[in-house]
Amino acid sequence: MAERQVLVYTRFNRLWHWSQVASIFALLFTGAAIMGLHDLIPYGLAVTVHSLVAIALLVLWAFATFWLFTTGAWKQFLPSQVGLLQVAKFYAWGVFHGETHPYRKILRRRHNPLQALAYLALKIMLFPAIWITGLIYLGFTFWEHLDPSGTAIWAVANLHILSAFAIATFVVAHVYLLTIGHGFRKHVQPMVTGFECVDLTPEQEAYLQEEEPDRLRERCK
Amino acid sequence: MRNNTLSLAVVLAVAGLVGTARAETATEPASLAPEVPGQGSTADHSKFEVLKGPFASGPEVTKACLSCHTEASTQVMHTLHYKWDYTHPETGQKLGKSSVLNSFCGNVASNEARCTSCHAGYGWTDVRQPAPTDPTAVDCLACHDTSGQYTKLDNAAGHPPVGEVPKGAKTITGADAWPVDLVKAAQSVGDPSRQNCGNCHFYGGGGDNVKHGDLSSALISPALSTDVHMSADGANMTCTACHVSESHKVAGSRYNVEARDIPDSHLLGQRRDVATCESCHSTKPHDLTPVGLKLNDHTDRVACQTCHIPSFARGGVATKTKWDWSTAGKLKDGKPYHEDGFTQSDGKHLHTYLSTKGDFEWGENVVPHYAWFNGQVEYTTADQTFDPSKPVEVNRIAGSASDPGARIWPFKAMDGRQAFDTELNTLMHTQVYGPTTVSAFWTNFDWAKSIEAAATYVGQPYSGKFDFVDTKMYWPITHMVAPASDAVDCKSCHTPGGRMASITGIYIPGTGLPLGGKLGLVMLALAIVGVLGHGVIRMVSGKGNEDHHG
Repeated sequence: MAERQVLVYTRFNRLWHWSQVASIFALLFTGAAIMGLHDLIPYGLAVTVHSLVAIALLVLWAFATFWLFTTGAWKQFLPSQVGLLQVAKFYAWGVFHGETHPYRKILRRRHNPLQALAYLALKIMLFPAIWITGLIYLGFTFWEHLDPSGTAIWAVANLHILSAFAIATFVVAHVYLLTIGHGFRKHVQPMVTGFECVDLTPEQEAYLQEEEPDRLRERCK
Repeated sequence: MRNNTLSLAVVLAVAGLVGTARAETATEPASLAPEVPGQGSTADHSKFEVLKGPFASGPEVTKACLSCHTEASTQVMHTLHYKWDYTHPETGQKLGKSSVLNSFCGNVASNEARCTSCHAGYGWTDVRQPAPTDPTAVDCLACHDTSGQYTKLDNAAGHPPVGEVPKGAKTITGADAWPVDLVKAAQSVGDPSRQNCGNCHFYGGGGDNVKHGDLSSALISPALSTDVHMSADGANMTCTACHVSESHKVAGSRYNVEARDIPDSHLLGQRRDVATCESCHSTKPHDLTPVGLKLNDHTDRVACQTCHIPSFARGGVATKTKWDWSTAGKLKDGKPYHEDGFTQSDGKHLHTYLSTKGDFEWGENVVPHYAWFNGQVEYTTADQTFDPSKPVEVNRIAGSASDPGARIWPFKAMDGRQAFDTELNTLMHTQVYGPTTVSAFWTNFDWAKSIEAAATYVGQPYSGKFDFVDTKMYWPITHMVAPASDAVDCKSCHTPGGRMASITGIYIPGTGLPLGGKLGLVMLALAIVGVLGHGVIRMVSGKGNEDHHG
C-alpha cells in the first residue's frame, strides 16, 4: 500500500462543487432578504436573483445527476456501515484525545462513511425538498385558484424555508469539519487541484501508472 | 434567416405604400377647400342660428340644444349624474347622493340649493322628490362647455351666474362668481374636458380635493409625476378616455366597483364600458422579464392602483383626512371665526377650524389605507343602527382573501365625528345651509335645531337626544396614477409593519419570520453552538489538529 496524490475530483466534479457553493450562498443570501432577515439587497433584485440562480442550479443538478450515473461516480455516495461508528466516535471523542482519523481514503471511496451518509442525505432528502417546494412556490400562479384559503402556499413556503435552514446547517457542519485534522486550507485544496492522498494498492498504482499517468502525482508527505 | 427575409420584404412593402401616399399628398391641389376647423367635428356650433342667443338662463340654452339633440335630455335623466339615486343590485340598498350620508357635508336633503349646485341640472330644490323632469332642466353646458367660462353658482340649485351677479357670490369651485356668457358657452360645446368634470368632482365636500383625495385641481394640467395619463407630458388623456359613456351613462361607480376585471386579452383597447386599468392594460401588463413575470403574478390579488398610486393628494393639493363636526359652533365675540393651521406645499393656508364646520385635519402625499375589496360597498344609511362605543363605518367595503373576486385596494380612510341619535343609535341628518332659516346650523349655530329640522324634513325618526360619534369612511383610490418608476417598491409591502400590515388571510413573504423560519433559525443556531462547542473543546484539549487524514 502506498499513499499517492491521485486525481479524485475531476474537472466537472470541482466545477459542480464550487458552482453549488456559489449558488447555495447566493440563494441563502437572497432567500434571507426575501424572508426579511436583512436589507442588504433590494427586494425585487433578491427575488430575481433567487429565482434565476435556483433555475441555474437545477440545471446543474440535472447535469450532475446524469454525470453521476453515467460515470458510476454515484457509488461514492452509497451508504456503508463499515467504519461508520468509528468515524462518529472519532468526532465525538477521539478528536479531543489526539487520535488520528480512523478513515483512510481508498480509490473507490473518497469519503469517509459518515461523510458519504451525510452527502447522501443531502442529495436524496434536502436537495429534493428544497427544489420541489421551490418549484411549487415559483409556480404559485398556476395553482393559486386551488388554494383560496392560502394554507397550501403557507405550508409550501414554510417547508421551503425550513429546508433552506437545514442546508445552511449542513454548510456550517461541512465547513467546520474541514478545520479538523490538517486544517482548513489543506482540506479545501483537493477540491481546487483535484488531487488528494489516497491509499493505493500496488495493483491500483501500477494500473494508474500504466493507463492514467496524468492522474498520479508524487507520494504524499 | 427565412423570417428575416420575410420581415425585410414587409418593411419594403410598407415603405413603398408610405412613399405612394406622400406622393399623392404632394400632388393634391392646394387651397381649394378651407382648413378643417375645430376638433374634427362635422358641426361648427357657432354657425347654428339657434345658438346665436340671446339666452337669459341655462334652461334656455338646453332648449336650443334639444332642438337638434332631441333625445339628449331623456338620456341624461336616466343617469346617476342626474338622478342621484341608485339601488344597489347586490344589497338592494337605496343609495345615491340624494339619500346617503357621508362624513363630509353629511347629507343633501334640507341643504339643497347649496348641494344641488353641482347637480347636472337646474332647479332641483327638494331632493325628497326626484330630480326635475322638464327636459330643459338638464344642464348640457356643465359637461359640454369648452369656452371655460361657464360655471354654476354655489347656492343656486345648479343655475349659472347670469347678468347681475350679487356681491360675494361664489361659484361651485369657490371662486368669486362672474356673469357667464351663455351664447359663447353654447357655441363652444364639445367633448367634456378635465375642467368640465373637475368643476364638480374636484371640489366635492366643499373645496379642492376635500373629499376624494385623488381628484383635485392638480389634475387640470398635472405634472407627469402627478398623473401619467392626464399629464400633457404623458398621454394627455381626459376623464372620458377611461370613463366612456353610452347614451350619456358614464362608466365607473363607487357603489358597485369593478374591483377585479378580467378582460379578453384579444380585445384590449377596444371599447368596453368599464373604467378599469385592465381594460387597456390587461391583467398581465408587465414585461416578460423575471421581475415583470413576478409582478404579473400579483395582479390577481393586488389591484393595479395599490402599487401604481403610491400616495394620494399629490401634485400640491391637500385633502381633508379628518372632519370633526362636534366642535363646530364656537364663536368669538358672538361671531364665527376660523383657524388656518395647515400650510399646503404651495404655501397656501387651509382652515383647520371653522365655526360652521368644526375641526379638520389635512394631508398631502398621503399613504393609502389598504384592504381587501370585491367592489361591493354598503352604507350606514340613516335607518341603520350601530354600536356608538366604536367608530361607525359610514360605508363598509366588502371582500376578503378567500373571496376570489377581491383584491387588495388602496383607500382614503376618512375620519369623522358626526351627529347621531343617542337613543335610536342612528346617524342623523343635519341642516347646515339655509341663510334665511331659523334652524340651519351655519346661520344659527345650534345643533339641536339643525338636527330637528333635518329629521323633520326627511321624515327620519328622532328621539330628540343627540351626540357625536366617531366615524370612518373609505374612498377607493384609483386616480393620480404615477409613472412606473414611482410605483410602490416591493419592500414597502414585503416588510414587517409595511403597507400590508392591515391585510390578513394571505401569505406575504418578508412581513415577518414564519414558523419554518423560526424553527430553521433555532436549528441553525444549535448547529453553530454545536460546532463552536466542539471547537472549544478541541482547543482546550489541544489535540484537535493532530496530523491525520480527514
